[in-house]
Amino acid sequence: MSVIETKKLSRIYQDGDSLIHAVNQVDLQVEAGEFTAIIGPSGSGKTTLLNLIGGLDTPSEGTVTIENKPIHQLKDSELINFRLKHIGFVFQAYNLIPVLSAQENVEFIMLLQDQSKSARESRAKELLKAVGLEQQMHKRPSELSGGQQQRVAVARALASKPSFVLADEPTANLDSKSTEDLLDIMHRLNKEEGITFLFSTHDQRVIDRAERLIYVEDGQIKSDEKK
Amino acid sequence: MLLKIAWRNIWRNKRRSFITLTSVAFALFFAIIMRSMQTGTYDQAYSSVINATTGYMQWQGEGYWDKQSLDRSFHPDSHQRKQILAHEGVLDLLPRLESFALLASNNSDTKPGFLKGVDAELEAKYFQLNEKLLAGELPNSQNNGVLLASGLAENLSLGLGDTMVIIGQGYHGMSANGKYPVIGIADLKNPIANKSTVYLDLKELQFLTGAYGQVSAEVIIPKSKDQLIELKQDLALIIDDESSDLLTWQEMMPELIEAMEADSAGGLAILFILYLVIGFGIFGTILMLTAERKPEYGILLSIGMSRGRMALTSFMETGLLSLLGILGGSFLAWPLAAYYHYNPIELGGDMDAMMEEYGMEPLLPFSLDGDIWLTHGSIMLIISLLLSFYAVVTIYRLNPVNAMRR
Ligand SMILES: Nc1ncnc2c1ncn2[C@@H]1O[C@H](COP(=O)(O)OP(=O)(O)O)[C@@H](O)[C@H]1O
Ligand SMILES: [Mg+2]
Repeated sequence: MSVIETKKLSRIYQDGDSLIHAVNQVDLQVEAGEFTAIIGPSGSGKTTLLNLIGGLDTPSEGTVTIENKPIHQLKDSELINFRLKHIGFVFQAYNLIPVLSAQENVEFIMLLQDQSKSARESRAKELLKAVGLEQQMHKRPSELSGGQQQRVAVARALASKPSFVLADEPTANLDSKSTEDLLDIMHRLNKEEGITFLFSTHDQRVIDRAERLIYVEDGQIKSDEKK
Repeated sequence: MLLKIAWRNIWRNKRRSFITLTSVAFALFFAIIMRSMQTGTYDQAYSSVINATTGYMQWQGEGYWDKQSLDRSFHPDSHQRKQILAHEGVLDLLPRLESFALLASNNSDTKPGFLKGVDAELEAKYFQLNEKLLAGELPNSQNNGVLLASGLAENLSLGLGDTMVIIGQGYHGMSANGKYPVIGIADLKNPIANKSTVYLDLKELQFLTGAYGQVSAEVIIPKSKDQLIELKQDLALIIDDESSDLLTWQEMMPELIEAMEADSAGGLAILFILYLVIGFGIFGTILMLTAERKPEYGILLSIGMSRGRMALTSFMETGLLSLLGILGGSFLAWPLAAYYHYNPIELGGDMDAMMEEYGMEPLLPFSLDGDIWLTHGSIMLIISLLLSFYAVVTIYRLNPVNAMRR
């Protein structure tokens, strides 16, 4: 069973009179435990593809199935709830709630899932430790570096025990040291905890670390290779 | 945690929140002080006019108020009278008999006069008639004299101990002529009343006019002046026949209420404009805030926060912010209103003279009625919560992809 499966997935945007095929007839399968990068030039459709898989955008055509659940059929509120339970998100920037500390940000997801305070606290601490931020737990995002913020975002994405983590250019705003650190953490979580990662990037250092590379251009998959 | 987020969100832009908060506080402060002054003044004006004239409620002969003549006076049923006095909302009953007559003294021509037969002891107890005395004493069944308003005494050139002649018509065409010693002179403040009023003992006036046992009205002294309608309904059950009426001061003096309401409407119009201006200010804040937060809302929606919870958080943020302003404004208004409640502003000059003429004290006491705080605090809160619906609508329409696209 694939964690993610898309069939003839398309997303067409209207731009004035012309139509943009941001994602065009994409068939894709991602299995549990993969560490996969979607690569391609800017404007090739990476973000749109991830948004469709994450249930943030609605397909113009085709299907998205997450763990056997056809999510393109869900209503808005069902979709929000589905995302909460099954998908972890890491965005390029502005991931965190600025008025909450690192620990509170991680706990927040579990609060939305109505978990008890003690369960939230212990899991948040555990996750922040796993991303190497046990010293920074009580700091607000503005007191953290960009790399640290992205690590908190990874911890938060994992807090809900999702089926997989989607990360859209998670290292785009980071220097090379932070990029290495973040990749180390993601890779370790993938190897040790079996967490499935699907991320987009056009950063060569990230591409080097990926275990499967899906190359898109003009909204279509041009190549798909496992290393 | 949602409340925590809402609370901390307020302090993200301290300057903007502070401006919003102070403008809410200022508007409320102004509204409360203004209403406190108006209401306080009206209360004072009402009670002085009411005390000087009709009292808060009267029990009258049927149709008396429309055509006030001695012939429409009535004989209160003693059983009903006992029942009214026994009602828990009633403190006392004051019988009054009123009539018109010509008045004369030995040394001048005649003047028209207004005769009031009263129980002077009760009038002193409830309406401070004794405090209006300039000289002499109040009429009673022993001294058998008349108390003259000072303006009338002057016009008739009468002083204490002089004799005054009453020439009038009695009950059902009887003649009513008599001679009385002047035993007291009182300043009644109201210029018209002060030029015409003569107080007699009730029994004496009944004897003079032949209206034995009759009264124009029984003034009902209520325990609380705020529940007259309920009291009237209760008492109407006691007075179930057609021969007498119950009237509240509002029914006897509708023009008094109209005058105050016209004045009050002017004040409310100013407040309306004030609320409008403040409302636009708050709306501006909400507009900016919502635009700024859109990417953040996009993230929250993406990671699985329901729109309902997001809307609630933003609702709480606006609610808390305006509540802070409301508390601030209320607390600031309290000491000022309390100060002028206990130390009313004394009017000088023309206003002073004018109010005195109408029998009111030339003072502007502020009202400390909690309703003013409650009403205007609620108005402010409702305005801001209504405006925050803009953010709620935005949240419900938000598309996470568009919100996060930069
Ligand atoms: N909401 C939108 N409205 C119109 N055009 C869009 C929208 N989102 C993306 N596009 C267009 O779709 C194409 C793919 O964009 P995107 O998925 O963001 O690419 P990438 O993430 O690879 O840079 C681009 O041409 C972009 O301009
Ligand atoms: Mg992109």
